[in-house]
Amino acid sequence: MSGNAGTGSWNWTKVGRVLIKAAGLFVAFNLIFASFDPWPSMAKLSVYNSIVPGRRRLPFGSDPQRSYNLTITQLDVMVASHEIAGEVKLPHEYRVLVLGDSAVWGFLLQPGETLPAQIDAADYYTADGRHIRAYNFGYPTMSLTKDLLLLSRGMQFDPDLIVWFFTLESVWRKNQIDAPLVQFNPGATRALILEHFLDLNPDDARFRPTSFWQRTIIGQRRELADDIRLQFYGLLWASTGVDRYIPTSETRERHELPGDLSYHGTLPGELQENQLAFEVLSAGAALAGDVPVLLINEPIYIDENVGDGQYYNVAYPRWVYDAYHEQLRARSEREGWVLLDLWDWLPAEVFADSTVHYDAEAASALAAFLREAIRDSTELADGG
Amino acid sequence: MTLAQIFLFALFSLVAGRLPGKQIRSWMLFATSLFAVFWLQPETSLRHFDFWFPTATIALIVLTWFIVRERSPLASEDRISLSAIVFLILFINLTRLLPRPLIIPTYPPQVLRIFIALLVTVGIIAAFASVRRESKWTFPAMIALIVLLFVLLKSETLQIHLSRALRTATGQSPELASQVDITWLGFSYIAFRLIHTLRICAIGKLPALTLREFLTYGLFYPALTAGPIDRVERFVKDLRQFQVLTPARFVQGGKRMVIGMLKKFILADSLAILALNEIKAGQVSSHAWLWLLLYAFALQIYLDFSGYTDLALGIGAWAGIDLPENFERPYLQTDIGAFWNRWHKTLTQWFRFYVFNPLTRTLRTVRVEMPVWTIILLGQLITMILIGMWHGIAWHFLLWGLWNGVGLFLHNRWVLFHQKFWPLSSTWRENPILRAVGIFITFHYVALGWVWFAIPNVDAAFDVMRKLIGI
Repeated sequence: MSGNAGTGSWNWTKVGRVLIKAAGLFVAFNLIFASFDPWPSMAKLSVYNSIVPGRRRLPFGSDPQRSYNLTITQLDVMVASHEIAGEVKLPHEYRVLVLGDSAVWGFLLQPGETLPAQIDAADYYTADGRHIRAYNFGYPTMSLTKDLLLLSRGMQFDPDLIVWFFTLESVWRKNQIDAPLVQFNPGATRALILEHFLDLNPDDARFRPTSFWQRTIIGQRRELADDIRLQFYGLLWASTGVDRYIPTSETRERHELPGDLSYHGTLPGELQENQLAFEVLSAGAALAGDVPVLLINEPIYIDENVGDGQYYNVAYPRWVYDAYHEQLRARSEREGWVLLDLWDWLPAEVFADSTVHYDAEAASALAAFLREAIRDSTELADGG
Repeated sequence: MTLAQIFLFALFSLVAGRLPGKQIRSWMLFATSLFAVFWLQPETSLRHFDFWFPTATIALIVLTWFIVRERSPLASEDRISLSAIVFLILFINLTRLLPRPLIIPTYPPQVLRIFIALLVTVGIIAAFASVRRESKWTFPAMIALIVLLFVLLKSETLQIHLSRALRTATGQSPELASQVDITWLGFSYIAFRLIHTLRICAIGKLPALTLREFLTYGLFYPALTAGPIDRVERFVKDLRQFQVLTPARFVQGGKRMVIGMLKKFILADSLAILALNEIKAGQVSSHAWLWLLLYAFALQIYLDFSGYTDLALGIGAWAGIDLPENFERPYLQTDIGAFWNRWHKTLTQWFRFYVFNPLTRTLRTVRVEMPVWTIILLGQLITMILIGMWHGIAWHFLLWGLWNGVGLFLHNRWVLFHQKFWPLSSTWRENPILRAVGIFITFHYVALGWVWFAIPNVDAAFDVMRKLIGI
């Protein structure tokens, strides 16, 4: 390296001036970035649905190098990567948005094996001849508020039916703000809480703080880097069709059962109605407006032998699930919800690693069953 | 190197470059290089070996210096250098007392073991020093030792054997022996610097070096992890010249660092997501995508490696050391010979000096006269296969070397054919269309060669190659 080639006119004053100008520009860019919400604009730059096909489910993954997918927290960027963002709704299309937790997302399933994908692939038609197209808007972690957040984004795609899977764990009030997606989107979540009078604290400490500093490029560097990586993974998604690495050694979750049959610290007989966030389901129905909402109490793994028969499975003591069940039915009747109670619909052997993750064959059976429910809902929607 | 390490080293160089005296600057580079060899050493599962590997690196360099130095009593500066090394080792050992490891990733061993190791090292150095450079066996023996170590560290089978042995010695489970246990930072580069030093000493061209100078050369912190492989006589000239950090040098070094970071941390790391590997090759749905993965690999390996070189050159420039260039637009060359003159230049020059030239000279003088083409073929194949093996002793690296050796030979024959039957005027040679065709062919030949490099499973690599060329 020659010491002076092409740089002979420099002196320390000039170097200092350049460094100060560079620092000034850097600060200015950060301030501009922090002063407005850049994520909707960033989402428009997505390679998905333009250079590569959209993903069949929302981006999620902890092993990017093998799943060509990663967990991001920016809703706009997530939704922009979904196939629904690139699909123009056709006149004869009956668009179904399927919400739920990791069971709907398809935690142990390939993208084509998930419940929404199997509904979509089966070429179902409504009674009036519209083609049923199902979109997977499920996302891991159990929280109705997380689902509501996704529904608020999903409504822009003009669905004809919302199918919303949930279970006791997703209704549990304390879980509502535990979902990282909720914590990382405090503005949108707060708006939903206030708009729908949800019994949740809009200033919950679990929300990620959004100071000015954290909105700068420096403060959001991790999110920016992840969003760029997601675009690169889009090419691998397009070339391989892989969006999930499933280790072969997945085994059933093992938990130490509490000796006192408590559920999240609540003892038998002490379950209060306000511990269950049913009002989020009502908010979903309100958000959907004229679009019918089909609520589904999702199938769970039931093992008669867990905890001397006092548990349905390692997650649910019988007493709490039964109490939830009772409250759900009562609330559903009161609110006039369309509720399908499928909690014991699947046999134990189809569940893989957890309380709600079922295999591809079970997803297929469930998809076939739901066809009728979807047909019924179209009749309902048409006033039948 | 992480970004934090790069910034800290840049800061060290900035300070060193602005220091008022030659001596003090030189000592600072020495101290930083010594510190860097420990700090940059990655964690290994072998107990205490993130301490022993850097220590062994220093011992090997000190031993080499004792072999190549003039026979004379130790100068006071060399004694200070030796004391500084012992002090640093003991200082790192003291970090055992801290609540969490500092400098190296895990806790260093007990001090008694370090004393024993120091005594053994002193014994080995004394044994070598007593014979030293006058004996005709000293240089070959030392080179053989370095090559032996190199082979040990580059062969997967031997690495696992070594890991098993070291695990047994350290009371760890030999069943968990793994190739990744043997992660000796920068050994490939250091070994080649030492062999070069021994060779030029043997032919009498090595200038007198202090221990401080030689250690700084062997361990120079910007070039520790990814080269370049500088020549000792050139490096020491820079070290002694005392090139102060001028504004022009600051800007030039800074530019190289910014370019290096852009190449390495933004472009190469992003392309790494797409770069070809065995798993992706088996998953892609069409051969067009396979080509995309291959292009991504070709660009990623270039940007990664040349990015590190830019960083090394930039950090070195601030410290007053102009390290040699390693990459000069290799993918824009019109033939594979030109590509290899501009890809990892310091390594290919090393092999040219110490393998290709002596080998072809020897082949020309063997009793059975060989045709020129045979000599060129053998010289190019053997040299390129050894360059392949430098990356690791494995079949796929051998095939990569073979692929490039064949390419160089075919190019050599093509040039001769042209000169004889179809000589091109310089106008034709500069024709932009012909140049573009040359660049296209060269890039694709090199890129296809990366298949062997990227995919360790030879059967899978053949399969990918077959798919790429559509058979």
